[in-house]
Amino acid sequence: MDITAIPGLLVDLVRYLVEILFLSPSALEIIMLFTAPLALGALCGVMCERSGVVNIGIEGIMLTTAFAAYLTGFLLHDSIGTFPALVAGVVVAVLVGALLGVVHGWLTISVRADQIIAGVFLNVAAIGVTSYFNRIIITPTGRGGAGVLPDLNLIPAAIAEIPVIGPILAMVFNSNAIAMSVIFLAIILHVLLYRTRWGLRTRAVGEHPKAADTVGINVIRLRYLNVIVGCALAGLAGAYIVIGSNGAFQNEMSAGRGFIALAAVIFGRWTPLGALGGALLFGAASGIQTVISVARPEGQLGQVLGSIPTDFYAAFPYVLTIIILAGVVGRSIPPAADGIPYEKEARA
Amino acid sequence: MSGPVDPRASRESARAQAGGADQLAGTDPAAAATRDEKPTGSPRGAGAGNTLLRAWRAGAVPILSIVLALFIGAIIIILSPLTTGKPIQPDLPIRAYLALLEGAFGTPAHWADDARRFNAIGDTLVKAAPLMFGGLAVGLAFKAGLFNIGVAGQFLVGAFFAAVAGASFAQLDTNFAVPLALAIGGIAGAVYGFIPGFLKARTGAHEVVTTIMLNAIALQLLAWGLDLVKVAGFSFPRTGDIGNATLPILFGRNIHLGVLLAFLAIFIIRWLLDRTTLGFEIRTVGANPNAARYAGIRPVFIITLAMTLSGLLAGLAGSIQMLGVQTFYATGISNKVGFDSITVALLGRSSPLGIMLSALLFGVLRAGQNLMQLRTQNQVPIEVIDVIQALIILFLAADIIVRRVFRLKKAKGAIEGEVRNVTASWGEQVAR
Repeated sequence: MDITAIPGLLVDLVRYLVEILFLSPSALEIIMLFTAPLALGALCGVMCERSGVVNIGIEGIMLTTAFAAYLTGFLLHDSIGTFPALVAGVVVAVLVGALLGVVHGWLTISVRADQIIAGVFLNVAAIGVTSYFNRIIITPTGRGGAGVLPDLNLIPAAIAEIPVIGPILAMVFNSNAIAMSVIFLAIILHVLLYRTRWGLRTRAVGEHPKAADTVGINVIRLRYLNVIVGCALAGLAGAYIVIGSNGAFQNEMSAGRGFIALAAVIFGRWTPLGALGGALLFGAASGIQTVISVARPEGQLGQVLGSIPTDFYAAFPYVLTIIILAGVVGRSIPPAADGIPYEKEARA
Repeated sequence: MSGPVDPRASRESARAQAGGADQLAGTDPAAAATRDEKPTGSPRGAGAGNTLLRAWRAGAVPILSIVLALFIGAIIIILSPLTTGKPIQPDLPIRAYLALLEGAFGTPAHWADDARRFNAIGDTLVKAAPLMFGGLAVGLAFKAGLFNIGVAGQFLVGAFFAAVAGASFAQLDTNFAVPLALAIGGIAGAVYGFIPGFLKARTGAHEVVTTIMLNAIALQLLAWGLDLVKVAGFSFPRTGDIGNATLPILFGRNIHLGVLLAFLAIFIIRWLLDRTTLGFEIRTVGANPNAARYAGIRPVFIITLAMTLSGLLAGLAGSIQMLGVQTFYATGISNKVGFDSITVALLGRSSPLGIMLSALLFGVLRAGQNLMQLRTQNQVPIEVIDVIQALIILFLAADIIVRRVFRLKKAKGAIEGEVRNVTASWGEQVAR
């Protein structure tokens, strides 16, 4: 390729990205599909780490709850109908997520086990338990789950065509209910964390649990609460990756997204809205291949983008995660008590 | 193996008893301080009874974790038929575990037959060998306060490059082809381990996330790389035949050179950690990077080097698996070694001899699992091994469960001090 063509290509690329992101609704909707589970996982990370508990088990919680949602749909959709079975699947996934939150909380807060190893346990157990029961219960029947949550499509095409605002509205309101809830959950959590008593206490417990304890905050109870609620959000992410996208469960289908969510937490400096931003970035990186295949740019840019091997596109979000971590971490400061179990009687 | 009669091994263990005290002092000051021993450094190992007691204190939690995990696993196996409305069979776990043992060790009839005597046990050793390398990779990183979850990726990279190198040197003399292919696979793994080590040391990007991302990247890039080097004449993309680069069979039907290399690696890493300056520096950085810096050790260098060595070991795990068992690289080659290695290192308390024993245990599980599934007509599928593995990790992480169940008081905790530093570093920059 001619080197002198590169500046022109870059200009074309920027123009293409602006066009595709802000002028047509489809690209942002595709990106939202990839963002939703990352954002929910990242919110789980924020909830846990803000109160001082490292949770690298988000990946495993997503996988386990994905299977729980799928299994619920598989068991119920003949008797109570498809849509109720899907809703039941979401509820069960959230409950299983909360239950795993109890497990992670018990290990990290009560037993004071090593928090990373506790997360490894959740991840390994998820792979084992889901593939085991998938093999025992679902595979022999040869049947599948309840399918996919319907899209909401609240924004009519006329509004979605409005530049800038239209695509953003379509992104939020046109996919399914879980994806829509992500944006609102991030905003609500952000307000709660910085504007309410619970938020102040959570931040105190994550920064200096001893001081928080001294002024009468129940450190243990607050950490439990936050880990459980956070893991319930990861359960929603799990429900999304199976019945919010293609409706089928595959072993190990979480595919590292729980860890990308952790990178989004660090990128977003442990704030809910920042984590949402990080999730959008990684979601865009994951969705870019689909976006390009749907709306291939014209001319030389299209040829260049089309000539990049698909494996490179697939590796892109992971590479981006590493680059962001290496570039951002130095300036991103985690909660001071992150990863340190709280002992009431311990000498400070 | 001829463990007890090997003079090298017994000398090693004798030295370990004699030099145990300074080894502990260097590893983890906090742990050494809590030990109820006189600080005068009096020679340890006064009698055989004492040695046994100490061995029990160190090994009690891991061993009882395995027992408890197998027991809970048996309960899960018994109750599983309920999920599909089938009747409960109380003898199902016994049948499953007996089949597992048969698959790993063979039957008396096999042992009476000269041709088949070592087949099953050979399977076990061949399955254990990459786990020894992988467990050492994780354990060495633990010693430096690092958590290498990237063994899966480094294993694949090593396996791929060993396969490509093996195919290129297929016509060479075995004495050249085998070492060359092994070296290239190992170096490829080392390079892949260097990346997260360097990033951690220089930028503080936590290795738990970067190594997992590198695992995913390896899968994609190797799929692309395979497309470049695939050979014609097959219905799926794969690398060429490795010919003379195949690891020679040393014993029985399938015990290849890699098994011997794995045992060698155990003792080399043991020597490196306990008897060299580098090993001391690695353990010091693992125990406390700041103290290490005051002592004139450069954590940046040690962290990068430890992660590179860890990658080298993981790459060698992939190489011996490729050159000794798999013989060609294709997408979707099974890769349980990554997560198994983490469990092996945790179970072995990151000590090389512990890793050797736990790798042998996982060799038994992995060698016997297929016969277990076959004999139980898929009622006890191989996935149950993953469940048992998760339970082992649970009981190691929460050793309080094991202590309560078995009423232990004096046993050592399961997770070493170095591992705790991995979590602590989540919230702080590495000392530069």
